[in-house]
Amino acid sequence: MADGPVAEVLLRQLAAADGGLDSAELAAKLGVEHQAVVGAVKSLQALGEIIEAELRSTKRWELTAEGEEIAREGSHEARVFRSIPPEGLAQSELMRLPSGKVGFSKAMSNKWIRVDKSAADGPRVFRVVDSVEDEVQRRLQLVQGGQAEKLGEKERSELRKRKLLTEVTLKTYWVSKGSAFSTSISKQETELSPEMISSGSWRDRPFKPYNFLAHGVLPDSGHLHPLLKVRSELRQIFLEMGFTEMPTDNFIESSFWNFDALFQPQQHPARDQHDTFFLRDPAEALQLPMDYVHRVKRTHSQGGYGSQGYKYNWKLEEARKNLLRTHTTSASARALYRLAQKKPFTPAKYFSIDRVFRNETLDATHLAEFHQIEGVVADHGLTLGHLMGVLREFFTKLGITQLRFKPAYNPYTEPSMEVFSYHQGLRKWVEVGNSGIFRPEMLLPMGLPENVSVIAWGLSLER
Amino acid sequence: MPTVSVKRDLLFRALGRTYTDEEFDELCFEFGLELDEITSEKEIISKEQGNEKAEGASDVVLYKIDVPANRYDLLCLEGLVRGLQVFKERIKAPVYKRVTPNGEIQKLIITEETARIRPYAVAAVLRNIKFTKDRYDSFIELQEKLHQNICRKRALVAIGTHDLDTLSGPFTYTAKRPSDIKFKPLNKTKEYTACELMNIYKTDNQLKHYLHIIENKPLFPVIYDSNGVVLSMPPIINGNHSKITVNTRNVFIECTGTDFTKAKIVLDVIVTMFSEYCENPFTVEAAEVVFPNGKSYTFPELAYRKEIVRADLINKKVGIRETPENIAKLLTRMHLKSEVIGDGNQIEIEIPPTRADVIHACDIVEDAAIAYGYNNIQMALPKTYTIANQFPLNKLTELLRYDMAAAGFTEALTFALCSQEDIADKLGLDISATKAVHISNPKTAEFQVARTTLLPGLLKTIAANRKMPLPLKLFEISDIVVKDSSRDVGARNYRHLCAVYYNKNPGFEIIHGLLDRIMQLLNVPPGEKKGGYVIKASEGAAFFPGRCAEILARGQSIGKLGVLHPDVITKFELTMPCSSLEINIEPFL
Repeated sequence: MADGPVAEVLLRQLAAADGGLDSAELAAKLGVEHQAVVGAVKSLQALGEIIEAELRSTKRWELTAEGEEIAREGSHEARVFRSIPPEGLAQSELMRLPSGKVGFSKAMSNKWIRVDKSAADGPRVFRVVDSVEDEVQRRLQLVQGGQAEKLGEKERSELRKRKLLTEVTLKTYWVSKGSAFSTSISKQETELSPEMISSGSWRDRPFKPYNFLAHGVLPDSGHLHPLLKVRSELRQIFLEMGFTEMPTDNFIESSFWNFDALFQPQQHPARDQHDTFFLRDPAEALQLPMDYVHRVKRTHSQGGYGSQGYKYNWKLEEARKNLLRTHTTSASARALYRLAQKKPFTPAKYFSIDRVFRNETLDATHLAEFHQIEGVVADHGLTLGHLMGVLREFFTKLGITQLRFKPAYNPYTEPSMEVFSYHQGLRKWVEVGNSGIFRPEMLLPMGLPENVSVIAWGLSLER
Repeated sequence: MPTVSVKRDLLFRALGRTYTDEEFDELCFEFGLELDEITSEKEIISKEQGNEKAEGASDVVLYKIDVPANRYDLLCLEGLVRGLQVFKERIKAPVYKRVTPNGEIQKLIITEETARIRPYAVAAVLRNIKFTKDRYDSFIELQEKLHQNICRKRALVAIGTHDLDTLSGPFTYTAKRPSDIKFKPLNKTKEYTACELMNIYKTDNQLKHYLHIIENKPLFPVIYDSNGVVLSMPPIINGNHSKITVNTRNVFIECTGTDFTKAKIVLDVIVTMFSEYCENPFTVEAAEVVFPNGKSYTFPELAYRKEIVRADLINKKVGIRETPENIAKLLTRMHLKSEVIGDGNQIEIEIPPTRADVIHACDIVEDAAIAYGYNNIQMALPKTYTIANQFPLNKLTELLRYDMAAAGFTEALTFALCSQEDIADKLGLDISATKAVHISNPKTAEFQVARTTLLPGLLKTIAANRKMPLPLKLFEISDIVVKDSSRDVGARNYRHLCAVYYNKNPGFEIIHGLLDRIMQLLNVPPGEKKGGYVIKASEGAAFFPGRCAEILARGQSIGKLGVLHPDVITKFELTMPCSSLEINIEPFL
C-alpha cells in the first residue's frame, strides 16, 4: 500500500502544498473514500519520517435518511397540506397517505388545516391557509448545503429530536512534511524470500519495519485441563515424598468399605439418602470378606480392641448397600486391609487422587463429584508430631508455608486435626485440609499390629 | 458440624470476662471450636427476608460457634461455658449426682405394643429448677440441637419435656391406633386425633420432616399419665397440657427412641446441662422405667467410667515428653478428671456422663493433645523408608495425556454421572444394552447413571463451546463404569480414552491418524500379526452407516471409531459433522 496510487498522489499534493493538507479535503478533492486516504497516511507513517500526521477530530451535522427525504420532498406536514384539495379530504383517506399520521398532527399544531367532524361521511380535513412556508425543509436544505452554522442551537436540536439531523464526529489527519520527506518512495519489501537470499538482492532492498507491538500468532496446539495439571503436580509431590499410588479405579463401593470398615456407625448422617448416592442396580455388594466383616460388626455393636463400641444393632444388609464412594478413604481402607494381610508388617506410604461423589444439587459452590487427595503413612510409633511434620513438607511443596492446626472431629480419625493456612489475599486463616490418626477400631479389626499407627490427611483438588 | 448460636454478652458474663472477637476466635480455635459468624437476629432476618422485615428485631450480638459433631456437651451456652471454664482452669468440673426422691419415685411403664415402632424410653426429673427467659430459650434450643444431630432428626431419639406439676404419675408409654389417640397438642386450642394431626402437620414447615418416622405404621407411640392425659406423641409433638414455661419448677423429661444407647446419652446431656439451675445444682432426680419384660431400670444413668492409660502411651501417640502429673493436669482441663496411680506412669481417667464421645484410649490421647495445644507439638518427619510406585494404569494415563495434547487435542474433564438419555437414547441405544449402574436416589436427572462411555461428556463439552473457532478437537482419558458380577461390588471401572473432531468436514482421517499415533506411542504395530492393530468395518448405533470401524489390537476388540450419526449430532444440539474414537486402554498395561 505504501506506493498505492492514493499515497503517491498524497505525497505529490503535499510537496505542492503550503504547510500541509487535510485528509478529508484531499478525499473530497480526489473523489475517493476518506478511509482510503487514512490508509495511505498510515502506511506512509509506517515508513518512518516521510510525513507527519496529526489527528484532528471535527464535528459536523449530517442529515439522516429521513432528513434527506424531507430536504428533497418537503416535510410531512407540508406534504399533507399539499395533498388536501380545496373541497377537503376525508380524514380516513388522509391517514392512509405515507406522511399522513406525522404530517397531520404537525399540520394541525401549525394551524394549517382543520377537521370538520360533522361532515356527512365521517370527519373531513380542510385547508385553513392558502399557502405555507416549509421551514423544516428549508433548514434541512441549509444543513445539506454545509451551512449548518446558520441555524440556531435550538433549531438544530429540534431537528435532531425529530431524528432528521445527527451530529457526526469526523476524524481527519492534518498531514505535513516529515524530516525525511520525499515524493519518490521506493517499494519496501515485506519479507525475506529464498530468492533474495540466493540472488543476494536483499543487500539492496529496503525492508518494511515490523510492528513489535502486535501480538504473535498462537501456536496450533492442544492443551491439558488446568485442574488435571494440578492433579499431575500433586501426584509428582507425593512421588517425590516416596508415596505409592493406591488403586482407586472403582467408583462403586459397598457401604462396608466406604463406612463400616472406617468405624463410621450405620446411623451416621453421611449414610443418609440425602448425602450419598446409593445404587439401584447393582444394589448390593456380592462379596464381603466375612471374617473381617464379623470383627467390624463386633467392634461397632459391642466394642473391643479397648473400645466401648457404639452399642447398636449392626446390620449386614446396611453394609452390603452399594453406593458411589463418598471419599477415597474407602480405597485407603482396602489398601490398609491388604497391607494387614502381609506378614510381617512392612511400613507403607500411600496416596491417591481421584473422584468422589456426594448427593448434591449443582450450584456455584456445590459439586456432585470432585477429586479427593489423600495421603496415608503406616508405621510403628507414628505420632501427631509426625503427622504435622509430613503435612508441613507436603504443603511447603505446594507453596503453602504458614500452617496451623485445629482440633476437629472425624468419625474415623482420633486425634483429628484440621489444617489451616494463612491466606495473604483474604487476610485470614482458611481451612486447607483435614487429617488425623486412624482409630484403632478401624485398624485392629483389619489385622494390623497394635503398635502400628496410621496417619492420614485429605484435601480437595478443586479448592 | 452443628452450629450453636449464643448471645455474646451473656456468654462473656458467664465466662466472667470479656474478649475481643479475635481473642475469642483464638480461644475457640485452640479448643477445637470455630467462631463461624458474628451476627445479630436483626442481621439474620435482614439477610434472609430483607431490611424491612428486620425492623424492630433484636440487635444483640450473637456468636455462631461450630461445635464438633460428637461433642453433645457443648451444644448450649451452659455446656460451652463449663467446657471453656474448666479448660482455662477457672472452675473445677462439676460432679453430677442422681438422687432418689424422698417421696415416691416417678415411674414410666413401657407396654409391649411399643416394641414394633419405638421400643425404648428413659426418663428423669429436674426438681426445683429456676428458669429465666434466657435459660428457658437455651433449654428449648438444646433439645432442638440434639434432635437435629445425635437424635438423627428424631428418628433415633425424641425428647419430651413436661411440667411435672400438671401431671400425675405413673406414666405409661404405649402404642395405639392413630384413630384412638386424641389430645390437644402443643400450642393448639382444641383436641385432634392422631390421624388429623398427621394431616395438619403436613403443611407445618418444622414438623413435616418428622412425620415419615411413624406415618403408615399401624400403631403410633404415645405417653399418658395416670389420668389419661397425653404427655406426648413421640417423635412428633407434645401435649399442650404439660407444656413447660419460664415459671415451671419441676420438669419431667422423657426420651423415646429406637437406639437405647443414644436415648441414654441424650437424657444424660440434658440433665447434666440444666441441673445447674436446680435448687441443688448438678443433682438430678431419678425416674424408674419398667420395661415390658417386667425389668425395671433407674435413669438417668449419669455413669462415671474409669480408664487407665499409661502416660508414655500418650506421650508416644502425640509426640511430646510430659510427666504423668502434667498429663493428668492436661486431661483434667478437658473435663476428664485424672490422677497418677500405680507405678507412677499410669493415669487413671474418670470419664464423666457428659463425655459420651470418649470410647477409647485414643479419645483420651486427643484430649491430652488439645490441652497441650496442637500448635505447641514439635513437628518431626517419620523415618519410614519406602520406594514410591505409581499405579500402572495412572502412569499409562499420564503418559498418554501429554501426547494427546501434543497431538493437538485439548483435554476435557467431564462428569462421571449423567442421565440415562445421555448414554442411551441420544446414542441410539436402549438403556438395557448399556450394562450401566443405576443410582437409586438422584436429586436431578443429570445423576441417574454412571457413564458407560466418555463420548456424551465430550459432545456436551463441544455443545457448550460452540462459539469457539473450528475445528474443535477434544479428548478425555478417564473411567467409565459397567456392571460386572465377577467383582465384589458387582461393577467395575474401565479406563477409556475418547477423542472427538468437530468441524465443517467429518475428518475421519484425522481421528484415524490420532489412533495411528496412539498405537505408535503404545508400541503396537499396524497389521494383524504379532500383537498389532487393525480397524475393520463395523457398525454402531451412534455412527453413520458405513463410516464406523471396530479397533482390534493385540487380538481383542478395544473400541470403535467413525463418523457420528447425524441423529446423534442433532440430539447433542450440534450442527457440524463429527468423528470420534473411544478405546479401552487397559489392555496396554
